[in-house]
Amino acid sequence: MRRELTCITCPMGCRLVVESAPENSTPAAGDGLSIGGNRCPRGAAYAREELLAPKRTVTATCRAATGSGSRAQGGSARRIPCRTASPFPKERVEELLEAIYALEKPLPVRRGQVMIRDALGLGIDVVATRTLDLE
Amino acid sequence: MREMSFDCVVIGGGAAGMAAALELEARDLSVAIAEREERLGGILTQCIHNGFGLIEFNEELTGPEFAERFEERIGGRRISVFCGCTVLDMVADEGEQVLSCVSAKEGALRLRSRAVILAMGCRERNRGNVRIPGSRPAGVFTAGLAQRLVNVEGYVPGREVVIIGSGDIGLIMARRMSWIGCKVHAVVEILPYPSGLTRNIVQCLHDFDIPLYLSHLTTGIYGRDRVEGIEVAPIENAALMMGKAFKIPCDTVLLSVGLVPENELSREAGVSINPMTNGAWTDSTLMTSLPGIFACGNVLHVHDLVDYVVEEARRAGRCAAAWLEGARPCREARVKAGSNVRYVVPARVDTGRDNKLYLRTMIVKNDAILEVRIDGKVLLSSRKNHVQPSEMLTLTLGKAQLAAAAELPDAAVEISIQ
Repeated sequence: MRRELTCITCPMGCRLVVESAPENSTPAAGDGLSIGGNRCPRGAAYAREELLAPKRTVTATCRAATGSGSRAQGGSARRIPCRTASPFPKERVEELLEAIYALEKPLPVRRGQVMIRDALGLGIDVVATRTLDLE
Repeated sequence: MREMSFDCVVIGGGAAGMAAALELEARDLSVAIAEREERLGGILTQCIHNGFGLIEFNEELTGPEFAERFEERIGGRRISVFCGCTVLDMVADEGEQVLSCVSAKEGALRLRSRAVILAMGCRERNRGNVRIPGSRPAGVFTAGLAQRLVNVEGYVPGREVVIIGSGDIGLIMARRMSWIGCKVHAVVEILPYPSGLTRNIVQCLHDFDIPLYLSHLTTGIYGRDRVEGIEVAPIENAALMMGKAFKIPCDTVLLSVGLVPENELSREAGVSINPMTNGAWTDSTLMTSLPGIFACGNVLHVHDLVDYVVEEARRAGRCAAAWLEGARPCREARVKAGSNVRYVVPARVDTGRDNKLYLRTMIVKNDAILEVRIDGKVLLSSRKNHVQPSEMLTLTLGKAQLAAAAELPDAAVEISIQ
């Protein structure tokens, strides 16, 4: 298998070529990947993570509860911005987004407040990124 | 009418305004911030994605988190904050600046100060600015407006999206629209290289298999009531190939075609503007052509990182404080943008101290050489692994390096990239 990636560790944007060694050969690094095109070791590390266990920090917004007058009074935000507390496995991002969009939280909300604990059972919390008070 | 006096008034309460105000307050000067929105933070509050603060906080924050950390610092200090307060004009009066403001809470209001720091930020170029032909249907938004609608107001502006221009906000919005369940069909860029940062191309386009058409011009936006599609044509060897034009159906067009510093107030007041940056010409202290008026952040030139904005704003704050205490720049040399350099800010250096310069190149190149010359003599040459227009370059010139300029009358320090 051969994959091409652009390294995003720095602005150089090295074009990485990753090839997995045939199964009967003895791979050098233990994971069977040979990486070329990188101008520094960070490129190889990036390619490994990107191929073996890609992760993304997910940012999104959830609904501010429409209880007694909390929604959008006096021009305040209708959405509460939030993020994963650390990078989240890429292949589960769609599911995570659905869970965030299904949320409805009453104001006030403090920055850092946990919106979803242990999202999808993967041990990563979703936290609010802005303090929003009732107007 | 209510009138108040301060040592300095900062116009704009985004990252630049807050950082500048904190510097002045730390030097026991009385300072006020006039902010148009209801809350401090500026554009950061709608930039809910991460990637802010790697230099300032040594961690990757989202825009709201970055803004709130500064807002908290402001809260603990003696800084007068006027939110929901629009500055209408700025007039010099007996060595002071008089700002006429309106606010829903205070009504008409007059702020007087000896120094002013301009920190109004920038705004987006729109369809009219880039002259895209076609009909005038609903569904054409600037990327930043769409960002506000989605992230703050909670509206989805459309379902089938095409993005014109590959600026960072457009790329970030490609990911955002995909994440809220829309289909982004293409990003169309007139230049042969992307206008945004590489990591945004990878994380916002590649992750979602969004095609990026480089060297393609949008030749029309079509639709009667609502956008129905756009037509694009490739540019080959500097010629527009209309024979190869094709249509991309969509119901929404987002424009990410550049930012312009918001300098109407400055222009009205008589501040000279550099046509290359659309921001003020400044001396080595970030003071504009009008004494006592300083500028920093995106109203001075468009930055790509908020961390650089904060760094520049602190310098403006420090320099304004020094100016209030009587310091005046001396021993200055002009700075000139040489070959392959679009602009250098500030336009002057003080030959007696360290000067941080911000510059933008016009070329994409690996292993480029940045050269600094004084009167044709090379005094600094440094290798850059990679340069591209979307990545701002920085450079510090110190007293020792500028010694040659100090001896010459009207010396010019020329910066070029090969």
